[in-house]
Amino acid sequence: MRRLPLSLLVGGAITALFVAAAILSRFWTPVDPTAINIPSRLKPPGPGGLLGADHFGRDEASMIMAGAWTSLSIAFSGVFIGGICGTALGTAAAALRGRFEAVVMRVNDVIFAFPPVLSALLLAAVLGGGPITTITAIALFMVPVFARVTRGAALQIAARDYILAARMAGKSGIRITVEHVIPNIAAQIIVQFAIQTGLAILTEAGLSFLGLGVSPPTPSWGRMLAEAQTYLSAAPHMALAPGLAISLAVLGLNLLGDGLGEMTDPRRRSSR
Amino acid sequence: MAQAAGISQHGKGAPARLARRFVFLLASLLAVSFVIFAVMAAVPGDPAEIMLGTSAAPDTLAALRHQLGLDQPFLLRYLDWLFGVLTGDLGNSYTYSTPVAVLIGERLAVTLPLAGLAILLSLAISVPLGVLAAARPNGPIDLLAALFAQIGIAVPNFWIGLLLILGVALTFGWFPAGGFPGWEAGFLPALNALVLPAIALAIPQAAVLTRVTRTAVIELIGEDFVRTARAKGATPAYALWRHVVPNALIPVVTMLGLQISVLIAGTVLVENVFALPGMGTLAYSALAQRDLIVVQNVALFFAALVMGLNFAVDALYAVIDPRLRR
Repeated sequence: MRRLPLSLLVGGAITALFVAAAILSRFWTPVDPTAINIPSRLKPPGPGGLLGADHFGRDEASMIMAGAWTSLSIAFSGVFIGGICGTALGTAAAALRGRFEAVVMRVNDVIFAFPPVLSALLLAAVLGGGPITTITAIALFMVPVFARVTRGAALQIAARDYILAARMAGKSGIRITVEHVIPNIAAQIIVQFAIQTGLAILTEAGLSFLGLGVSPPTPSWGRMLAEAQTYLSAAPHMALAPGLAISLAVLGLNLLGDGLGEMTDPRRRSSR
Repeated sequence: MAQAAGISQHGKGAPARLARRFVFLLASLLAVSFVIFAVMAAVPGDPAEIMLGTSAAPDTLAALRHQLGLDQPFLLRYLDWLFGVLTGDLGNSYTYSTPVAVLIGERLAVTLPLAGLAILLSLAISVPLGVLAAARPNGPIDLLAALFAQIGIAVPNFWIGLLLILGVALTFGWFPAGGFPGWEAGFLPALNALVLPAIALAIPQAAVLTRVTRTAVIELIGEDFVRTARAKGATPAYALWRHVVPNALIPVVTMLGLQISVLIAGTVLVENVFALPGMGTLAYSALAQRDLIVVQNVALFFAALVMGLNFAVDALYAVIDPRLRR
């Protein structure tokens, strides 16, 4: 067996760490992340509080753990929903070609011009802030991303002999897509999934930073940073841990995606 | 310099393709304006009530609704807005009671220089770094560039902003930690206020562009035209900067175009961190105050800007791609 790419190992380890912290936080955190404890207000990191405490004396480390759940679950849901819709549209466009393909790809171009932060601002006007708004905004943006990738990959597969064979065997376009095309582009979809989940974490954090994410007291990394800004000179530690958590989680997923890509596509090894 | 077949093929198709793209641009903008208007019309709450407060008399409310045109049917209101947009009349802000066009103009004087500065900075970092990394793959600069690219993409721009305030503004006092004195306070003080936010915006962009530059240069370095230049006596450095880099800029500009929407979205966050009175904070505060007419116009403006710039990038190919020139 070939040696696994380094990026896959490092990225996989970081991602596993965050997933484990997120799941663990549902059952256990060092301290209740919502427990207010005024005596340890703005306490810097030290014994009793690994990452210190915030302006309500809440334990930063516990909030980071609970924030991992918020961040990962919202990012994952958004990418999952958008990824499925985008994959369906992309593979359908590749299978049907013609006018359907043209319309799908054009509409995708238009949606792609709306970054999630902007569509979330619009959506927030109607729905108010919150996880549904965030997930919808992320999912909406993911549709064109996945449609483009899967259409391109599916078109390449469609030229292969075994697709021709399946067609000559009388299989319908939908059946060929489900039975032959999607399994063969699954690797590319999974790579995108990892990388896009990382980007979605950035989006979720940004929206929470603006106050459009989950509502308090549910911990979220973005809102922790927004609160840290008020106490920037008095308690700089408040600004460090959440930012590091976001960056590391995104870095982990990016490396994981790169590593998976390298493993499944040997040509990418030389060009990193 | 390039294959002869490529020249004639591109040369003929480009203007027609651009014209088609332009028609599509207009059609998309029309569609986007309708979606934005429909979404805003679905927002619960009555603008007249927001302006006058819930205690206002019903007939006053009705009068204001009539004045704002809110008693008109949906389609008529849409067409009215669209006609206004085309003639430069975007309506009046519910909360500021100033014309929205004036508000947007004031805010653009912050956001456009900010975005421009961020683009310049990101190119100034990424192009040299990417080229030097590609010149010696797996060398120390290449590893540094790879590290920068990975970390830069992962770090949220608003956190970079906070760190810059903490590490540069509050510690050394070199640049203001936030706020904007206005251009009337003088060019340098105004520019100073934009430096840190521009760096925060530029770093993630530069990370993406460094990768693109590196890949493009590595691909081009092995091309025939580079070997020809070398055979004619060009030094490696001359061949690199004179022949490879100009061609490598094509994918860089493409990526820059695709990243414009990310950059615009980034301004919403970074302006918030630095309390800059730009388009991002305008959209955000208008949303908080339910000043929907402002939200609606700003959203359309952002969409038009992103789509227009993407179109411009497409048109720019004709200028920078040596094969498409002529």
